Amino acid sequence: MSSLPRRIIKETQRLMQEPVPGINAIPDENNARYFHVIVTGPNDSPFEGGVFKLELFLPEDYPMSAPKVRFITKIYHPNIDRLGRICLDVLKDKWSPALQIRTILLSIQALLSAPNPDDPLANDVAELWKVNEAEAIRNAREWTQKYAVED
Amino acid sequence: MNSDSEYSDEDHGDSHRSLHSHMSCGNFDSDSEDTCTEILLPESPTRNPDDDFIYKVLSVDQIVQHQRNIIDEVNNVLNLSPQVTRIILNHFKWDKERLFENYFESSPKDFFQRAHVVNPFEQKSDLDSESIVSTSSASQKFCGICFCPCEELKGLGCGHSFCAACWKQYLANKTCSEGLANTIKCPATNCDILVDYVSFLKLADDPEVVERYQQLITNTFVECNILMRWCPAPNCTHAIKAICAEPRAVHCKCGHQFCFACGENWHEPASCSSLKKWLKKCLEDSETSNWIAQNTKQCPKCNVTIEKDGGCNHMVCKNPSCRYDFCWVCLGSWEPHGSSWYSCNRFDEEEAKQARLAQQKYRSSMARYLHYYNRYMNHMQSMKMENKLYANVQAKMDDMQEEMSWIEVQFLRDAVDVLCHCRTTLMYSYVFAFYLMNNNQKIIFEDNQRDMEMATEKISECLEREITVKNLYEVKQKVLDLSHYCQKRRHVLLCHVREGYEKDWWDFIEDPAT
Repeated sequence: MSSLPRRIIKETQRLMQEPVPGINAIPDENNARYFHVIVTGPNDSPFEGGVFKLELFLPEDYPMSAPKVRFITKIYHPNIDRLGRICLDVLKDKWSPALQIRTILLSIQALLSAPNPDDPLANDVAELWKVNEAEAIRNAREWTQKYAVED
Repeated sequence: MNSDSEYSDEDHGDSHRSLHSHMSCGNFDSDSEDTCTEILLPESPTRNPDDDFIYKVLSVDQIVQHQRNIIDEVNNVLNLSPQVTRIILNHFKWDKERLFENYFESSPKDFFQRAHVVNPFEQKSDLDSESIVSTSSASQKFCGICFCPCEELKGLGCGHSFCAACWKQYLANKTCSEGLANTIKCPATNCDILVDYVSFLKLADDPEVVERYQQLITNTFVECNILMRWCPAPNCTHAIKAICAEPRAVHCKCGHQFCFACGENWHEPASCSSLKKWLKKCLEDSETSNWIAQNTKQCPKCNVTIEKDGGCNHMVCKNPSCRYDFCWVCLGSWEPHGSSWYSCNRFDEEEAKQARLAQQKYRSSMARYLHYYNRYMNHMQSMKMENKLYANVQAKMDDMQEEMSWIEVQFLRDAVDVLCHCRTTLMYSYVFAFYLMNNNQKIIFEDNQRDMEMATEKISECLEREITVKNLYEVKQKVLDLSHYCQKRRHVLLCHVREGYEKDWWDFIEDPAT
């Protein structure tokens, strides 16, 4: 692999020096383009108390194309599917090279606070979120307890 | 008289000639199909519509020039810079009238904002007048993309600027990987100002990328413009430019003849929509089409076939001239779904019920379909055989030249031409009839069709079996008679159908399965 672009070095440094509250991103020892990410569930959301692991990869043409991000911890969310793939506009057609790892992770955190069942990825989850929000939120809490809380 | 010289005088713009005159001046023989029919039936109520259909075949360079001409025409009125005008024209799909209407009806601020371009009347006057690339060169700055310190940052006049290397990479990526050209935005987050032509050329700084960009621009221009269509023949780079977007036969310089409105082979008397439905129906049995039916839908706005490749039901049509936002489930506009996505579910169940019902009806109407399909396929198969006939006839013509002159034996080749024309027309006449509702005019049509079919089979048989060098003059007379009769029958059938289209005699069945 060619040497690491200045942009990635700078972003990594800043992520380490001034971490965003509730977000932790550490580059892999063997691959500086692969990040181990931890996002804590936002307060006042069904994901509160959970610690969610994600993986983030910067493709060869980053920042011209968006980073690839996926939830590793199972999560009950209308915009995140079984495999942890995320439906988020800034990861797709709204990506701009002026966005950064930090801004993307903030968007993901915001998505946890404000699920958007109108633009669903996991159809069954979105459906329940629409018909019976209380039950959906209960499920999300259960999943958080089951998969995202370490004893 | 070659075709190039015929087209070249069209390029001067003063002597537009239709397909019809091309054909008749290219033919030596007096019984060339079209001239002949006019002599036979001068009183015919509907003129051959090909007569007044004017079009030009344009090369890529001519298309580029044509764009420049339109930009100049608009600028004569608006007096903006050409690159701004180009963006605005793209926004209005190169419809000058709509552009002017909007320009004079809305405030300049709204107008330019909607076209995603910086309002040229609000720009600082000290900017480079040639282009709207602005540069900010204060001491030392950091590029927002690569984070490198740079002496000079460049932007589009929207206030966001980046270094030359990042611009270059950004534009190359958008053009070559994503296939975008007219819709490339400023790289800044949430900025929707578009990259204009002149800025692109300066910022891309790579001949390969610029070439691709130029291709994409030309392509979008032709595809957005309802008065233009690419020739669908493989490897042909010409486009047809017509004066109205009607289903008419056009002849490209490469020799391919097709329908201007839909791009399929010329299909009179069937209409474009009938033909499209028909071709889709004919393909329905194959595996590929099963896959297409299961995995794709058509964009509800532009009818392009779309495959869903992600989980979201929010679809955005990738067709550059469409970009429609719609819901995959109900195929309605996406806009109302923000609040009522779930209503799609109920609709879906209803639709499934209807689909099941339709399927039952479809099975019961299979017999009807097969009736038309068999006849359509039969003429198509025979058409393919006629290629062999051309070779046989050529051999016979060589033999005949022992007794006749070259010009005197051409009647045989012309007769095969007539046969092929008739086969094509008959083929598509079954498509036409399949979607036609029963009425008196349909009975007349079917009589015409029967007469034409009988005449066609007769000449086909004659050309295959009865051509001998013995009694040559008798044979010639017979072939000429038969071929005249065939043309006459074909003309009668087509005129009747055209008249029916004009006078609204034809009632079409939306979906013959129901």
